[in-house]
Amino acid sequence: MSPTITTSSEANGNVSAATARAAASAAASAEAAGPPPVTMAKALNSALFDAMRADSSVLVFGEDVGMLGGVFRITDGLTATFGDQRCFDTPLAESGIVGMAVGMAINGMRPVIEMQFDAFAYPAFEQIVSHVAKMHNRTRGTVKLPLVIRIPYGGGIGGVEHHCDSSESYYAHTAGLKVYTPATVADGYRMLREAIDSDDPVVFMEPKKMYWTKDSVDLGELRRLHDAQGEGTTAGLGSEGRAAVARPGTDATLIAYGPSVPTALAAAEAAALEGRSLEVIDVRTIVPFDDATVCESVRKTGRAVVIAEAHGFASVSSEIVARVQERCFHYLAAPIRRVTGFDVPYPAPKLEKYYLPGVDRILDAVDDLQWEN
Amino acid sequence: MTISADHTAPDTTSPQEAPDNALNEAVKNFGITVEDYMLPARHQIQMVDPEGRLKPRGEQGTQPGHEYPVPGDRELLAAYEQLVVGRRVNDQNSALVRQGRMAVYPSSHGQEACQVAAALCLSDGDWMFPTYRDAVAVMTRGVDPVQVMTIFRGDWHGGYDPLEAKVGIQCTPLTTQLLHAVGVAHAAKLRGEDTVVLAMCGDGATSEGDFHEALNFAAVFHLPVIFFVQNNKYAISVPLAHQSVAPSLAHKAVGYGMAGERVDGNDVVALLAVLDRAVALARGGSGPLLVEANTYRMQAHTNADDDTRYRESAEVAEWRAKDPVNRMRTYLTGRGLLDDDGEARIAAHAELVAAQLRKGLSEDVPVDPQELFRHVFSSPTPQLREQSAFLADELARDAASTDSKEAGK
Repeated sequence: MSPTITTSSEANGNVSAATARAAASAAASAEAAGPPPVTMAKALNSALFDAMRADSSVLVFGEDVGMLGGVFRITDGLTATFGDQRCFDTPLAESGIVGMAVGMAINGMRPVIEMQFDAFAYPAFEQIVSHVAKMHNRTRGTVKLPLVIRIPYGGGIGGVEHHCDSSESYYAHTAGLKVYTPATVADGYRMLREAIDSDDPVVFMEPKKMYWTKDSVDLGELRRLHDAQGEGTTAGLGSEGRAAVARPGTDATLIAYGPSVPTALAAAEAAALEGRSLEVIDVRTIVPFDDATVCESVRKTGRAVVIAEAHGFASVSSEIVARVQERCFHYLAAPIRRVTGFDVPYPAPKLEKYYLPGVDRILDAVDDLQWEN
Repeated sequence: MTISADHTAPDTTSPQEAPDNALNEAVKNFGITVEDYMLPARHQIQMVDPEGRLKPRGEQGTQPGHEYPVPGDRELLAAYEQLVVGRRVNDQNSALVRQGRMAVYPSSHGQEACQVAAALCLSDGDWMFPTYRDAVAVMTRGVDPVQVMTIFRGDWHGGYDPLEAKVGIQCTPLTTQLLHAVGVAHAAKLRGEDTVVLAMCGDGATSEGDFHEALNFAAVFHLPVIFFVQNNKYAISVPLAHQSVAPSLAHKAVGYGMAGERVDGNDVVALLAVLDRAVALARGGSGPLLVEANTYRMQAHTNADDDTRYRESAEVAEWRAKDPVNRMRTYLTGRGLLDDDGEARIAAHAELVAAQLRKGLSEDVPVDPQELFRHVFSSPTPQLREQSAFLADELARDAASTDSKEAGK
């Protein structure tokens, strides 16, 4: 089903180099802080473990998620720990996986299902758009669908065709779906727990190039914090609808989500060396979108660049530009710029570095923001 | 289990609990091979012929392992009453569409025996997953008729509570609901409940991908799902021959490792006999079953369709002679189970339901524009709250401008 993919973060040019730098600096600062570095993959895996331990209605299923532990190993050990009734492989049929999850959620379960790769999820599109997104609304709220659709997405791993799409805009465009995408190891844990707790269906987009990103995170502490908030009471307290200021700054705002956040952070780091202070906003949940935090930053800096791997045309990035422009027009010193993938089908690995937003392209866009001096 | 001599028997150490044993147990009880269990009988099961006569046992289409007892009189009388009510509901709804009180109604006129049997074979704790054409089945299951028809009245996409009724929403995208049925059955099985789920679709729908995925999932996970295919011969205008060249739709079952059966879909006696046994088998752990009902859509797809463009009136007339309601009336009257008083009582019941529909669908139910935003999520997002305020403001301004125009008159 899935060909071997290159997992080396060295394989693809400046983006990965920037990621590696960001990770290295995070790791360096972690030494002082204490807890050993853990990967995003481990954080997600721990979130699944803890959610399954906390609630017997949480089930995990998909393709290769059982004995193998998933092609990215995010479900590693779940079958061994919880048994093959709670974490199991299905026939290879994505519509079947999502459709069965809908029925299970109707009947009291909280399925957490895996689409093996972004571009393998499309057979399930009808179930997601026509049922997952609409069931609550069409039944006037009587049927809730507490299910999570985990989708590894984005590029940066040198994947072959159909293994590196940025499909978030399809889901974000569909009314009735929440779309989360973590950009830090800690958010990987926190946001997946929140998604599983949510009574609404969540499309959980995992930046696959960040599965091996390490950060110094105390997962036990995150678990205690989650448990202290209590199941079902995280709304308004957690990450949903709350963007994060990933790096404070004063001169311009970089708005990014998922895999573009480390790239934006690397660009801000480089800009700082040139004396420019860039604020980086991590959107975290595309739906619901945190207009307040994003606009507060843009009103403060007066300049903004939106960064996303996905094609720019009719995308999440175009939506963000439109929203900011509608709300912050009189604060803007320059038109908002975007650095996105080109409007071409996702390229082959050797062309990926020309397609993906990179540090230099972001810095060029920042230079274009009509500075006075 | 070995399907053919050169087909390697699958490893029975499936991740699910001892699945094959229950199937093999079922097969053993019938004293036939797995192939004979899974393949439909050579002929469709028919118990009462179109003239309303009980067929001799040897001519009912049964064969060893595919034998069906005739349901009890009480069950048959209850079914007849629902047939009459169902026919009245179909015709009343079509009239309401003609009068402009409903946007559309996909009638199951001619298919009432399938509708009634699909509901009556289930117990209270069971689930049904109907399509847009299965309103009569949903009502027979006990859901309030006006609530059922809300989907066609136009004020919301659905009117009944699926959880309370244990009936899925009447589904429009073909066969997508079969997978929901699989999920409901799977969840119930994991909790150790003995729920059976009946999943409905039509002949055209068997071409859809989700039909295949649902049958395969149900079989692989050994779930108590009965796939009930009403073969009414047309998918809007396209005849069955363009959908499938399989010997029958019931034959598709064997490819998934489940049992299939064909039944006369206008003979409620045979339908109940076959479905009752299917429910009992599924509840007992046999895994899923596929039942194909051979019936006919007597009217156009909906009021927006013109069936004279794609079929001959002679064909329709031929099926009119096989009418499920008349057939059952003749049979029950002949057996002395139904007299004029009984008929009058049942007709009164049907009129009561029709009056309920006329009243409920004639009421101008006020819509609340703010409800647009209320159920998208468990609680509205900030963006939906903004849009809700925008609409409220727009409506307030409209009302104010109307008021001032009125005042200026």
